[in-house]
Amino acid sequence: MFEQRVGIVMDQELLTELYRKMLRIRRFEEEAARLYTEKKIGGFLHLYIGQEAVAVGSLSVLQDNDYVMTAYRCHGHYLARGGSARAGMAELLGKATGCAKGRGGSMHFYDVEKRFMGGWGIVGAQVPVAAGLAFAEKYKGTDAISICFLGDGAINIGSFHEGLALSALWKIPAIFVIENNQFAMGTPLEKTAPSEDLSIRALAYPMARETVDGHDVFAVRSVIHAAAKRAREQNLPTLVEAKTYRYRGHSMADPAKYRTSQDVEAWKARDPIKVIGEKMEALGMKSLRDQIDQEIEDEIQDAVRFAEESPFPAPETALDYTYV
Amino acid sequence: MSNAMEISSEQQSATREIQIRDALQEAMTEEMLRDDRVFLVGEEVGSYNGAYKCSRGMLDQFGPKRVIDSPIAENGFAAIGVGAAMAGLRPIVEFMTFNFSLCAIDQIINTAAKARLMSAGQLSCPIVFRGAGGAAFQLGAQHANSFEQFYAYTPGLIVVAPATPYDMKGLLKSSIRDDNPVVFFESELTYGKRGPVPEGEYLVPIGKADIKREGSDVTIITWSKSVFLCLDAAEALAQEGISAEVVDLRTLRPLDREAVLSSVAKTHRCVVVQEQHEVASYGAYLSHLISTEIFDELDAPVKVISTLDAPMPYSKALEVVLLPSKEGIVQAVREICG
Repeated sequence: MFEQRVGIVMDQELLTELYRKMLRIRRFEEEAARLYTEKKIGGFLHLYIGQEAVAVGSLSVLQDNDYVMTAYRCHGHYLARGGSARAGMAELLGKATGCAKGRGGSMHFYDVEKRFMGGWGIVGAQVPVAAGLAFAEKYKGTDAISICFLGDGAINIGSFHEGLALSALWKIPAIFVIENNQFAMGTPLEKTAPSEDLSIRALAYPMARETVDGHDVFAVRSVIHAAAKRAREQNLPTLVEAKTYRYRGHSMADPAKYRTSQDVEAWKARDPIKVIGEKMEALGMKSLRDQIDQEIEDEIQDAVRFAEESPFPAPETALDYTYV
Repeated sequence: MSNAMEISSEQQSATREIQIRDALQEAMTEEMLRDDRVFLVGEEVGSYNGAYKCSRGMLDQFGPKRVIDSPIAENGFAAIGVGAAMAGLRPIVEFMTFNFSLCAIDQIINTAAKARLMSAGQLSCPIVFRGAGGAAFQLGAQHANSFEQFYAYTPGLIVVAPATPYDMKGLLKSSIRDDNPVVFFESELTYGKRGPVPEGEYLVPIGKADIKREGSDVTIITWSKSVFLCLDAAEALAQEGISAEVVDLRTLRPLDREAVLSSVAKTHRCVVVQEQHEVASYGAYLSHLISTEIFDELDAPVKVISTLDAPMPYSKALEVVLLPSKEGIVQAVREICG
């Protein structure tokens, strides 16, 4: 049953689920951007807008006991894993009700009960840590695996290579997904990689590799499903490159003047939410789609209200959570 | 924090004299027998029995699943340990020397030490990073550093630096059982040092200093292998009629403030001896702490004896110049007791 739903086969229930999850991320972040400009969110705010199909497609084919780890552009993965919009929005506002009680902020979301393991800010450092999560599950003899997301900016740093080398050597059941959004902050890919093919680096360790259109949520599902099966059944890691695009700047502080509006528009023309939304309409599901739009709108507005009305953490708790 | 209980010497039955490397091996072996979640990973820890033979026989006893030879990739294997700890295991990560831990320091400080705070307690990271540190007969500049204070600077870490075989074993066992990330310092020079270690189970609690020699005229505060140097100096001072108390911190973070302050309040004079460079150092912090907390108790300024301010040169003629010495400690004590 599940096998049939993977890949290009679409059913109405699946379309609805994917559309809902991607739109939820998009609307959450659009509201976050607004709150940032109102100075209600501090620090950095790195938006995932445009890349939603990668997180949603990937996590839609994993098990509840699998670990998810990512870099600092983490809202999308958190929400795709089922993280609460209320707790996420409250975290952005630094509130005590946030998903890290105001200790993490935009770059460090957590929902460990759902095995969403964060939200890490040092480029590439999460790669071997995510391998460690999967290493532990193999050690314990469970069937859980880990999936680790990283940006194209992370593929030259040592921790990326050490994580992959040890994962291949020790047969660690993990999936590493490079979300190639074409820019490492403001530096285009051609200045950071000698080949446009990023998964080719897997050959060196060696490990299985895949390249996928990150705007195609079904293609992402298919590739991650196969990689998860490889990890779960054979303890073999996979390096996946998902070619994608972020529509916003690197962070809210970045006007993204290093690229042309034609480039952005070309990617937006294939926007995964737009594509799935149109597909639903073509299949006569417009009223259902409108209903989902409204439900998401209600959830996000509720999350904003909740976040704004929530208390800040008490000053006397400033040193909490330093030691067990 | 650890709830380890120290067993008094009366309760211990048979006591043997064993080397520090064997005390460490016993600590790891006992904890691995006690808890399936504990495993050892590092360079040369398995087939080679440890670069300094601290894991002798452990691969044979526990197999390659739990005693894991790693390729040279400190960041990678330290991080795999960190991830495994977050997922419920209790890794022991061995660095051949702490000089190499700098390749992994991002994972120790930015990942392990901060995971609990950033996740508001959802994550914990019960892991031990252990290995040798400090100068050891002409290792040259890149293999002779003491890095205790790099880690002692970092909230979220426990930093342990014992001296004797007894403390090494008892504190390593407590460190493995602790739910926080622990950085545990040993030293090349003392792996072969023998000392009394009781048969059977005991723990030494984290965060408790130990008075290694009682005295009344001056307090010498130190940790790690410098404890032995300070005991030698105290013996020499006794010949001159100066009674020196040697306080072995054993743990740098958390510091046993009470032990430090009460000893200095008793003797009214203090010398800190550290195999660390002095600028921005742990010894400077101790001096500050004593000077601000119990200023009125001091009969002289706190002296800090440190490694001199240069990378370690190779020649034995130069190495001894940089390192704290017995003569230097004796001289410093004479100056403030005069």
